[in-house]
This record gives sequence, structure tokens and C-alpha cells, in this order.
Amino acid sequence: MNTGKIVGINGNMATVEFSGNISQNEVGYIVLDEKRLKAEVIRVTGNSAALQVFEMTNGIGVGDVVEFTGEQLSVDLGPGLLSQVYDGLQNPLADLAEKCGFFLQRGIYMNAIPDKKWEFTPKVKKGDIVQPAYTLGVVPEGIFQHRIMVPFGFAQEDFTVKMILPKGLYSAYDEIAVLTDPRGVDHSVTMIFTWPIKKPIRNYEERLKPVEPMTTKVRIVDTFLPVALGGTFCIPGPFGAGKTVLQQITSKNADVDIVIIAACGERAGEVVDTLIEFPELTDPRTGKSLMERTIIICNTSSMPVAAREASVYTAVTMAEYYRQMGLNVLLLADSTSRWAQAMREMSGRLEEIPGDEAFPAYLESTIASFYERAGLVRLYDGSTGSVTIGGTVSPAGGNFEEPVTQATLKVVGAFHGLSRERSDARKYPAINPLESWTKYKGIIEKGKTDLARHILFRGEEVNQMMKVVGEEGTSLDDYIIFQKSEFLDSVYLQQDSFDLIDGSVSIERQKYIFNVMYEILKAKFSLSTKQEARSFFNQLRQTFIDWNSFSWESDSFKQTEESLMNKVKAKLRIEK
Amino acid sequence: MQKVYTKIESISGNVITVNAEGVKNGDLAMVSSREGISLANIIKLKGKVVSLQVFAGGRGISTGDEVRFLDRPMKISFSENLLGRIFDGSGNPRDLGPVLDENLIEIGGPSVNPAKRIVPKNMIRTGIPMIDIFNTLVESQKLPIFSVSGEPYNELLARIAMQAEVDLIILGGMGLKFDDYLYFKEELESSGAMNRAIFFVHTASDPTVECLLVPDISLAVAEQFALQGKKVLVLLTDMTNFADSLKEIAITMDQVPSNRGYPGDLYSSLASRYEKAVDFEGAGSVTILAVTTMPGDDVTHPVPDNTGYITEGQYYLRNGRIEPFGSLSRLKQQVNKSTRDDHRSLMDGMIKLYASYKESLEKKSMGFQMSDWDDKLLNFGEKFELEMMELSVNIPLEKALDLGWQILSECFAPEETGLKTDLVMKYWPELNKEDK
Repeated sequence: MNTGKIVGINGNMATVEFSGNISQNEVGYIVLDEKRLKAEVIRVTGNSAALQVFEMTNGIGVGDVVEFTGEQLSVDLGPGLLSQVYDGLQNPLADLAEKCGFFLQRGIYMNAIPDKKWEFTPKVKKGDIVQPAYTLGVVPEGIFQHRIMVPFGFAQEDFTVKMILPKGLYSAYDEIAVLTDPRGVDHSVTMIFTWPIKKPIRNYEERLKPVEPMTTKVRIVDTFLPVALGGTFCIPGPFGAGKTVLQQITSKNADVDIVIIAACGERAGEVVDTLIEFPELTDPRTGKSLMERTIIICNTSSMPVAAREASVYTAVTMAEYYRQMGLNVLLLADSTSRWAQAMREMSGRLEEIPGDEAFPAYLESTIASFYERAGLVRLYDGSTGSVTIGGTVSPAGGNFEEPVTQATLKVVGAFHGLSRERSDARKYPAINPLESWTKYKGIIEKGKTDLARHILFRGEEVNQMMKVVGEEGTSLDDYIIFQKSEFLDSVYLQQDSFDLIDGSVSIERQKYIFNVMYEILKAKFSLSTKQEARSFFNQLRQTFIDWNSFSWESDSFKQTEESLMNKVKAKLRIEK
Repeated sequence: MQKVYTKIESISGNVITVNAEGVKNGDLAMVSSREGISLANIIKLKGKVVSLQVFAGGRGISTGDEVRFLDRPMKISFSENLLGRIFDGSGNPRDLGPVLDENLIEIGGPSVNPAKRIVPKNMIRTGIPMIDIFNTLVESQKLPIFSVSGEPYNELLARIAMQAEVDLIILGGMGLKFDDYLYFKEELESSGAMNRAIFFVHTASDPTVECLLVPDISLAVAEQFALQGKKVLVLLTDMTNFADSLKEIAITMDQVPSNRGYPGDLYSSLASRYEKAVDFEGAGSVTILAVTTMPGDDVTHPVPDNTGYITEGQYYLRNGRIEPFGSLSRLKQQVNKSTRDDHRSLMDGMIKLYASYKESLEKKSMGFQMSDWDDKLLNFGEKFELEMMELSVNIPLEKALDLGWQILSECFAPEETGLKTDLVMKYWPELNKEDK
């Protein structure tokens, strides 16, 4: 084995002198008494290498031995990932807790995939020709057919199936097949293989343009700021604006097969909420626990910084793996700023020339290549799968001009900017409808949403003007536009996420009520005074809010709709 | 065997370097100079060059002074004997008591496994209505008190220390004015709360490095008591001084600054301390209240800004009162459902009315005509500020809720409060009298 010796320690960076060959991003273990601390090579100069250590570096001394593995930092892929809670390096936290108690002891690494038996059904037979990522068989994992595939790391060439196990119950670690390469060498295959986390999985036919909307049942998102399956979006916002709550709602309601939550450098308490809540919630599509379609990667703020950097890659690699099974996967990363800060810390230790706010110069390209791992793809068997990535950004001081927000905005397809003003006014979700944008097509015709946005924009203008000239200096027409925009905001953009009905609104319902909203926004009303306009829209608002709280197509729903329409008709100006 | 070196290669601020071998990162050393003997810890290794930060500072250290490596990391004695005692940032007694060196524990230990955390469920009663009713403090919560210099934040902490219903108070003072230190000491001694308190105090005139150790020592001791089943409240004042000390050391070490001179790992450094707040299942808990002064009343300054992303809400201290707007306890929803049935409604109702009072006040100051309703609100607002918001008010939650109803009933008719009829029937003071 290739080994080296520690010659320097600075925070979580170790400098190592080595002989022989080592590669960039190779994993090495620092041997410390009976413990082995994981580290990754991040720079090589001459015969010395800089390693970022994924653990606390107390107690390491000059001269300590480092064992290089020859492998890049990788994760295990196979059945049993779903419903697990991992740290940034794919250690199962529940198993760690069982072994070590309350605290995370350093240098303890456990098998990521439980040694469990699965009902295997082969899909190939002896003598078949396969290539990497071809399906050898399937096992049922939760509600999914988990494909057992030829390891992606195998060379891109034809393999002949020499042996494949018949249908039966096997452990994830059992040999299930033997494949022979063109040179006649046999390769043993289990249900598990590893993949380096910083390398995108590209075993598919082609990448497609994301078009189909990924619905979240949040009105302002689905109607005005949609995200496509296979697309990317970001949620920047100051603290307390509700980023994490919005992500939690999305993770519950999103119309996808699998949700991967990467809690990256955030509060541990919030992860606990998800951990306790998800097993109790039922997935409306399957009737089973929401946890069965979820993986949580949890590297909270007090856990080692280098592992935080790895955690988003660990998460996206698992997302890509499930995409290979023709599934739609949503990855939510909270927060990418903490990940960028981890990069900044390491860059500082490497004494690199700092860029803006001391972030490294490669910040933008690193963020871009991370989001580029999202995408809709057509697989070798013709089916499609997607990875959608949504990242929150925590800009310093709530200022969107900072480097991480700006670098993210360049590469994402949708921007959901949260604002302090809206959250202070308890207008949730606090997405600013005027600043935010999307490049994806939504569920509602663009012409209609454009009109609504126009009214919001005009309403805001009138509102600003009124602050100067007062209500009396505003024309009645302008005042009505202002009232319309307030109405749209309070009954459609705002949504009570704690309400059972209003909390998640189906697409069908959104389309239906948006049409009603559209008619009201478009309509010309015969209102003669501002007083009359105000009380008219107040009534509409009250009725619409009631309408939102009744279940879809129930009697109360229909009655309230009728009452709403009657109120509208009563004031409608008839055009000649 | 302890290794002794007598050649100091460089001295820069509080950091010295020595050429040494066989030492471990993070370990302690003893530096003897004519200023006395001080501890130092290893913060960087580069070949033979060992960088140490000297707790007592670099002043007076000579290149020929003696550095003795102790082969162990920083530790602190932990036992019941700590109770009632006062120490400095290195763990040496500041009072006249004996040096404690039995049962040493590690400081800055590993973090708690998220899988072992539980949802917090117990409130901590402080006797301060603005906390108990409006932004309840919850066991295992981490909350900063955002404040401008000059606000009575230390008085507030002292009141909480005396009144809070916990088993143990640990006060970590960083850059504390000597007067403030004496104030804490006298207040707690005269109220008899000292026997359940431990002080780790770094005053403004002490060496910077000791300031850095205060949160770690305080929280390490708190954690041990919590594991033994104690409900511990850790009060830290002031975290901005702590961050400034981090800045000072980082600059001395030639680190690239990120924002206003603060090091790039400010967030991680603050988070690793705040995240020590925890509720151990089947044992005790650690709750953290930390003063963060905002330079120039600017919440976007790096220290309060990073803190806000870490903590579970914040208290704003303005004009000697805890502001109801802006202050937020993110965990209050976990506990205020099970205190008394009127707690949530009364909290919301009074805050809404107080917000209306602020609007009326603004109208009044602009010279608009006051309606009857405005007058009622003005009356209410004044009473509310005087009887509820003053920090000197010390009443248990139930009495505070009753007081809330009392104030409402003195200012409004029941239907004007927007509170649910069944609650009004149950708690409105006049109606209660009629029943009797």
C-alpha cells in the first residue's frame, strides 16, 4: 500500500509527504493510534500533498502515517438507500448512534447499505451481452423496482453474462452475477457498487430539454414560477424568511418519485423535525410513509466542514443513481452557501489567491458544474429519468449581490427570491413575485400569467405613488388596479401551509381557480368611489379565502364559488 | 516525558513559533517567561515549526524563554466542586478558592449525532412576561439577544440567571467590563443564586486568547452536567467580543479575511458552539442564551448575521425592553400549546393590538385627529409597556396571562379584542366577578 507521512497540520488541512504515485481526490487515512481518519487529496505539489481531513484534527502530529487507498472519494450504490439518514460521507447516523451513543466519534465509518435480503428477479440470462448500466435484474425497494445494474465504473465494452442467479432471496452483498469482458477476464457483481461522488454519472443515451412541470402544490410556484422535471432552481433569502419551511413543504408535496434532502451546514433541529415528521406522514400517491421515498444526507453546522463539502456531492450521486432506474428524483440542498463557505475555508488554508469576499476563483465553475448534474435523460432502454435540483442560498446580510447568489443565478432555470419585507408582513410563502423569475413553462398559459404579473407590477407602482401623494391624489382607475393586485397577492400568492386544504393545492384546482382569478383581474367594474372599491375587494377577498379553505368540489366549495361569482357579477360593467 | 524547548523562533501578537518534534495538533504547552507561566495550545504544525497561541498573550515573552509541551489537549476539571466558583478563561480560579484539577474533561468535544436529538418540549420559565408569554424560551434552544451597546443586556441576563427555573446556570463572560463582572457577582450572591452558578469570566483587560476559550469551557462543563441529568442554562456575553478575538488571531496567523476582516470560518466557529445546545433523551439539557451586540445597530453586520442563520430565533433588546416585533422564538410553538388554553390566543391578540397602538401613535405624532378607538389603543399601549414590557416585572406565566386579561379588560370591551368568545367567557375579569 502507498503510504505517506504528515509534515504539517493547519486546521482541517494536512500536508503529507509521500513516495510513489497518488492521484487528485484520492482518499487517504491518517492513522492515529487505533483510529483512522478519512481525508481527501486536494492538491499535489512535488512529493507533498494537501489533504482535507473529514474529522477534527486534534492529536495529529508530524510524522503520523497516512495510508492512501488509490480510490477517489466514493459512495456505495445499491438497494437499501431509501429511507436512510446519512452523514456527508454516507455513514448511517442511526447505526452510528447505536454504536457510539449521543456523540459522533471520529474515525468510525460504517457500511452505508444494510446487509438485508432482497427478492431478486433476473432480467438477463447466461450468454447475454451487456454493457455498463444495463439492467441485470430487479429487486423491489419500497414501491419501486430497484434495478440491479452492471456497475457504471466498468469499461465501456461488451460483457458476456457467465453466471446469473435465478429468482430468489439474496443479500445485497452476495455475488449475483459473473460477467466476462472481451479479454476473457471474469468480473464478480453484487447488488452494490461504488461510484466517485465528484464524477457525474453519464450512462444514458442522451440528455433532453426539461419541459414537463414538476408540481409542488404551492400556487405561486406552480402558476407563476414553475420548475421543470430535470430543471434547477434556487431559493435565496435572509434568515427567518422561511427557506427551510418552503423546502420542507416542497419535499412533502413535490410530484416526483424520490426526494433526497441534503441538509448541509444548517441547524440540527430542523433535520430532527423532518426525521420525526416524515415517517408519520403518508405519501398521497402511494399511501405509504413519506420516509420510504426519502433519503436524508445530514451534515449539520457543527459537523466537520470538509464533510459538508462532500455532502452535496454524496446527495447528487445518489440522485443520479436512482435516475438510472427511470425515476424522477428531486434533490433539495439546504444551504448551498454553507457548502460554498466550506470551499472558502479550504481555499484559505491552501493559501490560494482569494476572489470576491475571499471565495475562491473557481466558485462559479464549481457551482455551475454541480447544478449541471441535474437533467432529464433518456436511458439506454428508452425510458426517461430526471434529477431536479433545488438549492437554498443564505446570502450574508440578505444581500443578493453576494458571490454565491450571483454565481447560482447564472446557472439555474428558476429563481425564487424570498424577501424580508414579505416575511415580516407574514406573507407566506415569502417569495417576491416581482423579482423572481423562471425559464420553464408552467401549467397555465403564459398570456394569462403575464397579465397577472403586469397587474402586480402596476399595483406596486401605484402603491409606491400613493405613499407620496396619498390616497386622495390617486386616480380611481389606478386605485382599482392597486386593489386588484392586493387581492391577487392575498388570496392566490399567499398560502397557509399549515392549513390541510390550502396547504397543498392540486393542479386541477389551481387551473380552475386561476381562471376565476383571471376573469376578475381582466374585468372592468363599475365602482364609483375608492371607498366602494375597497369594500368590494375586501368582500371578494374574504369570500375567496373561504373558498380556498373548502375541499375541492365539495358542496361548500360550490356554494362559495357561486356567492363569489354573484358578487363579481353585481359590479361588472357591461361593455356595449 | 515532557519535552522542553528554550528557543522561540518568532513572536507575533499572541502567537509564537518553536521548532519542535513529536508534538500533536491541539496539545497544550507551558510557556515560562518573566511575566509568569502561561498555557499555550498548538494551532498549526508545519514541518518542525510549531505555532502556539499563548493564553496570557505575547507581551514580555523573550526568544530565550522556556516552552514545555504537556502532551495533552486543553482540559477542565469537572465536579460538583465547580458550583459557586468563579474562573478565568483558562480555568484558573478568579475567586479565593482552591485550584481544581481532578476529573479532567476534554473541551470542544465532538458534536451530538442528529439521529439522537429529540424535539424539544419543555419551556423554561423566566418570570419575564415578554419571554414567557410572547417568545417562550424552550429547553435546548439557542437564542441570541441582539442589542446595541449601552442597552441593559447584562442586567437582563442577571435577572434571567436569578429567576430561570433551571438546575444550573453557567455564565461565560467574554470581554466583560470589570464593573459588569462585579455586578453579576454581587447580584447572584445577594439573591442566593450563586450556589447553583458557575462563572467563567474573561474581562476586557485579560489576554485575547482566553476569550476564545470561554465558550468552549462553559459548554464542555454544561454538557457534562446535562449528561448527569441537570437542566443547564448557559449565558454568554458578549459573543461579538468572541468573534472579534477570532478575527484577531486569524489576522495574526495571516489568514485571508472574508467579510469585514472576519475569518472565512466565522459561521462554522459560531455554529460549533451554539450547536452544543441539546436535550439529551433520558438525561438533562443545555440551553444557550447569548448576547450579541450589533455594532451600529446593524443586523447585517457579519456577527449578528451569521448568528441569525444559526440560532433558533432572537430577542431584540431596544430601549431597555424586549421588542415584541422582530423578536422570535422559533421553538415556542412546541410548548405554548400545553401551558394554558388562552396562551396562544392572548399572545397573538395582544401583539395585534400593540401593533395597532404603534400605528395610532404614528398618526398622533403626525397630528391626525384621534378617534375613540385610537384613544383606547393609546391607553392600552401605555399600560402594556409599563406593566408587561418593563424588564423589572417578575411574575409567573399564569399571573402574567391574568395580567394580560386585566389590562385588556381595563382598556377594551370584550368584542373589541378579537379574542374567541369561549376564552373571553373563561378569563375576562369582570365576567368572572359577575359569576361569583
